[in-house]
Amino acid sequence: MTDPILSVRNLRVVFPHRHGELVPIDDISFDVKKGEIIGFVGESGAGKSMTGAAIIGLIDPPGYIERGEIWLDNERIDQLDVRAANRIRGRRISMVFQDPLTSLNPLRTIGDQLVETILTHLPVNANEAKRKAMAGLEEVDIDPGRFNAYPHEFSGGMRQRVVIALALSAGPELIIADEPTTALDVSVQAQVLDLLKKLCREHGTSVILITHDMGVIAETTDRVAVLYAGRLAEVGNTHELLRRPQHPYTRGLIASTPAVEYGDISTELFQISGTMPRLDALPSGCAFHPRCEQALDYCASHRPELQQDGVACWLYADG
Amino acid sequence: MLLIILRRLGQSVFVLFLVAFVSFMMFRYVGNPVDNLLGQEATVEQREALIEALGLNDPLHVQYLDFVTRAVQFDFGNSYRGALPVADMILERLPATLELAMVSALFAMFFGVIAGVYTAIFRNRFLANVIMSSSLIGVSLPTFLIGVLLIWLFAVELGWLPSFGRGETVQIGFWTTSLLTVSGLKSLVLPAITLGLYQMTLIMRLVRAEMLEILRQDFIRFARARGLPEHVVYFGHALKNTLIPVITVAGLQLGSIVAFAIITETVFQWPGVGLMFINAVFFVDIPVMSAYLLLVGTLFVAINLIVDLLYLAIDPRIRDGQLKRQNT
Repeated sequence: MTDPILSVRNLRVVFPHRHGELVPIDDISFDVKKGEIIGFVGESGAGKSMTGAAIIGLIDPPGYIERGEIWLDNERIDQLDVRAANRIRGRRISMVFQDPLTSLNPLRTIGDQLVETILTHLPVNANEAKRKAMAGLEEVDIDPGRFNAYPHEFSGGMRQRVVIALALSAGPELIIADEPTTALDVSVQAQVLDLLKKLCREHGTSVILITHDMGVIAETTDRVAVLYAGRLAEVGNTHELLRRPQHPYTRGLIASTPAVEYGDISTELFQISGTMPRLDALPSGCAFHPRCEQALDYCASHRPELQQDGVACWLYADG
Repeated sequence: MLLIILRRLGQSVFVLFLVAFVSFMMFRYVGNPVDNLLGQEATVEQREALIEALGLNDPLHVQYLDFVTRAVQFDFGNSYRGALPVADMILERLPATLELAMVSALFAMFFGVIAGVYTAIFRNRFLANVIMSSSLIGVSLPTFLIGVLLIWLFAVELGWLPSFGRGETVQIGFWTTSLLTVSGLKSLVLPAITLGLYQMTLIMRLVRAEMLEILRQDFIRFARARGLPEHVVYFGHALKNTLIPVITVAGLQLGSIVAFAIITETVFQWPGVGLMFINAVFFVDIPVMSAYLLLVGTLFVAINLIVDLLYLAIDPRIRDGQLKRQNT
């Protein structure tokens, strides 16, 4: 087993609030191995995007990392100042956001934005940077001849490919892709995901893929982390986890994913009853227990921790 | 691209014709130009001769076209008072007003943008709050009061700067400038600040609001996530995106700086066209007033044209005829 490229330990993010504090991420630990694609899945507000923001150091104030550590290849990166953080961002960890229509500066050409990013991070001159930018565009199947085009001259899928080229331009070790295909047409989603997957395999880049789409998880990832209300509910190998989900929430998520296969359109979809609790009204014990069909009395009063077998649920606890 | 420019030019010309029409109607129908020119003791023959000379018997549209033709050649007739050609009077005084307006507009833009960016980036700092609070003064105090206060402080109490006039001027061709002499520059300081203060606070508040809006955008987050240095994020990515509304307002304000110059020029006895206009109003000197109207109208139209062209230079989406501001 290779060493993890990224290690998150007991991460807790806090937002000060009129009545105390909100905790969008509470005590999360996980590793990302070199070259692997790990999926983060969960409903809106589960803390998926916040985890990504915490890793790259872009939690919006007044939120802050209250506790925990983030290690990038033996360097602690959760308490860096802006200058030090900027040597990591883009250079070693990149991010791809949800909406490619708003991710690019509308007033500057894509080539200009690529060159700017490359010059910021790599010790090259302007000509080499331009050459690298062109090569980067070619890699994501954008005609390098459109170097001087503006973002509005591209379609959504093409823009997301430009965004991916930007994220990869300085050769990062890790990419955090925050719902990279949610805003795209279904027909180009697979194309963009395949591209991301292919490029990361080629460059040996690890990916944290944040999504709420179990289908995307199944197609793309090596491992999955299921988040619920700011905590990890279940972690495991994608193949295993999809075939044998343990946590009732994971099972609910999988059962509520439409399976459309040729000649077989299942009409009845499972629904997890209720909604994700608000951060200012988290239930006691296991945060999922009010929605859980298998909840025990014990669940309401005691909070389960993530166990060695990768699930945080009293149903699987010994004794 | 070229088509857009041509269309804008066409619109400008149309607006100018309208302004000229109002100006013409004023000249023709406010008071009786013949009475104004000849006075009460004129004989009937003299009146007839003048009416014929002025072409007042011609049909209205002929008179109007005549007026426009002469206006284009910078001929606005003679002032009722002193019988000088209005064009010469304006030419003599226009440099003073334009210099004042330009200096105060530059002052307003420069400090307005800097203070706006500063208060947006460091909106929780003490200095930013001080700037924001004191900007209320700039917005709420009337121009003449600011002028008088500045005169009192810097001219009367401290005696650092002159309280009126333009100082020594230097003649360059037809243009008289006060920008090249020490006393001219010193004289310029107080009126320029008086005239520009309101515009400065306005631009500052606008830049601040726009910056705060832009800094929330995804592309700023993405720029940060790419590790671009803060100054590049602020000035390379955010500021340019605030410019469209800022230039719109700044352009309109440049026009009103010239218009507001009337008050400032009165307070500081600045020998510009504003002061000339006030005197013209006082003596009901219609040709001067109508020429001034035409001048200010032309200025506004010219500024608007420049603003439109700047849009094209700044925003590629407008260049491509995609006028709706999608996804910014």
